[in-house]
Amino acid sequence: MLDRRTFVTTGAAAALSMGFAPRMSFASAATTKRFVFIIQRGAADGLGTLAPVGDPAFAGARGVLAQDFADAPRLDAMFALHPNLATVSGLYKGGEALFAHAVASPYRDRSHFDGQNVLESGGAAAYRIKDGWMNRLLGVLPRDQARAIAVAATVPLALRGSIDVASYAPSALPDASDDLLARVATLYAQDEQLHAIWQQATATRALTGDMAADDGRNAAATGALAARLIAPDNGARIAMIETGGWDTHAGQRGRLGAQLKGLDAMVGALKQGLGPLWAETMVLVATEFGRTVKVNGTQGTDHGTASAAMLLGGAVKGGRVIADWPGLGEAALYEGRDLNPTLGLDAFIAGAVAEHFAIDPVRTASALFPQSGKVARVEGLVRV
Amino acid sequence: MTPTVIAWNRFGLGARPGAVAPADAKRWLIDQFDRYEARPPVIAAQATTAQAGAAFAEYRAERRAARRMATDAGPLDRSARMAMRVDGRDRYRDAIGARANAAIVSDTPFAERLVHFWANHFAVSAEKLAVVGLAGAFEFDAIRPHVLGSFGAMLGAVERHPAMLLYLDQAQSVGPGSRVGQRVAAGGKRKRGINENLAREILELHTLGVGSGYDQSDVTEFARALTGWTVAGIGGRANGDPGGFAFAPAMHEPGARTILGARYAQDGEAQADAVLAALAVHPATARHVATKLARHFVADTPPPALVTRIEQAFLESNGDLPTIYRALIDAPEAWAPMPAKFKTPWEWSISAMRGLGLREIAAQQFAGLQQQLGQPVWRPGAPAGYDDIAGRWAAPDALVRRVEAAERLVSRAPSTIDARERSQALFADSLSAATQQQLARAESAQQALALMLVSPEFLRR
Repeated sequence: MLDRRTFVTTGAAAALSMGFAPRMSFASAATTKRFVFIIQRGAADGLGTLAPVGDPAFAGARGVLAQDFADAPRLDAMFALHPNLATVSGLYKGGEALFAHAVASPYRDRSHFDGQNVLESGGAAAYRIKDGWMNRLLGVLPRDQARAIAVAATVPLALRGSIDVASYAPSALPDASDDLLARVATLYAQDEQLHAIWQQATATRALTGDMAADDGRNAAATGALAARLIAPDNGARIAMIETGGWDTHAGQRGRLGAQLKGLDAMVGALKQGLGPLWAETMVLVATEFGRTVKVNGTQGTDHGTASAAMLLGGAVKGGRVIADWPGLGEAALYEGRDLNPTLGLDAFIAGAVAEHFAIDPVRTASALFPQSGKVARVEGLVRV
Repeated sequence: MTPTVIAWNRFGLGARPGAVAPADAKRWLIDQFDRYEARPPVIAAQATTAQAGAAFAEYRAERRAARRMATDAGPLDRSARMAMRVDGRDRYRDAIGARANAAIVSDTPFAERLVHFWANHFAVSAEKLAVVGLAGAFEFDAIRPHVLGSFGAMLGAVERHPAMLLYLDQAQSVGPGSRVGQRVAAGGKRKRGINENLAREILELHTLGVGSGYDQSDVTEFARALTGWTVAGIGGRANGDPGGFAFAPAMHEPGARTILGARYAQDGEAQADAVLAALAVHPATARHVATKLARHFVADTPPPALVTRIEQAFLESNGDLPTIYRALIDAPEAWAPMPAKFKTPWEWSISAMRGLGLREIAAQQFAGLQQQLGQPVWRPGAPAGYDDIAGRWAAPDALVRRVEAAERLVSRAPSTIDARERSQALFADSLSAATQQQLARAESAQQALALMLVSPEFLRR
């Protein structure tokens, strides 16, 4: 097996000799590496996913939302994983899951649109960059690997750019139906006619979590589909899956629990579908920003700042949580309300994909997140 | 709503992105009369009445032949029927696609709306096998060319169209005193005689309106006058291109007719024409059409003053349609700022696609969507057409279906659309603060777009 550092060295020399090569071919040998980005749209609550149960302020700030973790086994002295993430927990135990906490993109406001734009474009602020970091990743990969697919009807921003990307969506993709239905209720709140009609319509419909509305079957189907799309030799090497329903302003405990169950099923189906290729696979799970530390008046949380991200897969040097934990005490919070970011999501992603594809980390970081400046990149995320 | 937003939505089919607010909203509507295309390419590519009619006539001929030849005609008959179903269904689906695609890119959306209005006023329903393959051709050939002409000309074209003659059973109506009628009576064979269906619906639905003073003898007399109006190759002994309109003198009931107190002594085909010409300019017709137009464009319960204005324009112009439309446009009641109409499934779907900036939609997909939303195209199930009042579709289940449909439509739209900007472009100052807030709070760009499509502003016009 070739050592990653050999690749990097060779690659850097080749790049120098080529001058301003538009496409940096650092790794010329064919690779079997696969990379999947599962985006959690709606600001997934990192504190409800990977709970800092060892933080003395946790139970008090989280109230009802802390109950899910009452009996949850701890990953280490500080963190416990949501019990609905059974598959992910198994991966962690097997050394194939790594979590990063108190992580955030450069975005510091609280609009989903703008936050997702930053997360997907890889810019320092919304709308500064027109294409997406995953598309630019294709640009730094060898040509024979630069094939990507969106497991969606349309190509999300992260995959948009100068390199053509496929998209595929079956009719049974999990959608945010239930979340949308709940929002429609709010949309009609002030409209007498529509409010009455809508109340009747929803009276008989139980509003449950999205991905687990069918006990996670839809989410699992999407995971299995993604595996089918990236498993073949001539298939895509990079894929992106969009998930919605993470904006838990009310009744978070049930909703988030259901969402996580769906995510867990999706990851499980992906692993199963990839079979031996799982060993060559890295799955990134990330969201645009986190949620408030305190529970709000409707048993939910509002838009916050730092959250948690995951790296899953046989290629990941897992079994650990990376966190420079800022603490949940009042004084430690960002603007007095949110988990303070201590780790850049950009640096985390750049480090992870560079190591995974064995490409030059400095150049990768500047290609994917050109506005990040000189940020200490995260190293050692991948088994060598 | 501003005058521009009213023009775009109440009169039109919703704005497309990049639409420039007209300096004069009324002018923008009237100018469409000069730019309207009766046969845009997508519609010109569809089967004509002659083609669709010929296919149906051929099917009927095959069926007759099969029955004559075989003692057990069952299987042959069934296979011909199956082939006709498939053939007709393809034509029906393609025509729905053409209608939708013409509407989503049209820059004369008011004129397109008028086409849809008249096609529903003169409804044929594809639930009948004879109509399936002809429904599109009916609208394209009998409605579209006349939408800016006179009501009388449209009426004449509509009642002569094979889809209407077959749908309302006119094609086989035989006068008992006609040559065919006499022969049938003498032969003692299966009974054939007058069918009143078309005559009744013309009076009740197409012209005077129900309860406007005609009686059963008027219906019967009119049905006698209409005998002989048939479809070549289908209704019996008529010369002409198979599947097209034909007058069969041998089926026509001889003699003068008296309808609504007027005597019609004309011979043959001209007799029913004269009746139609009188009905087309009758005061009750003016009232009926004015009420329906006002209800369609302005309010489920239309303001009486508005109906009167349109009615006057109808009477003074002898049913000149552009004059009638101008009266509607000029009426202050039509520009009331509060939206008063809940969009029909068709209007909502088309405006959603226009709003998303789509340029093309697959026929099958669009036909399925209309079915799901409760108003399959050209299939109202009754000659009265679809009701034009919100109560029929602003119902709980229908609304949930729109939300689901919005979600699916959005998943096929470019993911680059920012609903916050798009809604401003489509509704300008007419968007409520509550809606703006919900769009801004949506979890994702796609969800915001779906919310925009089902917002109170988008559901109404």
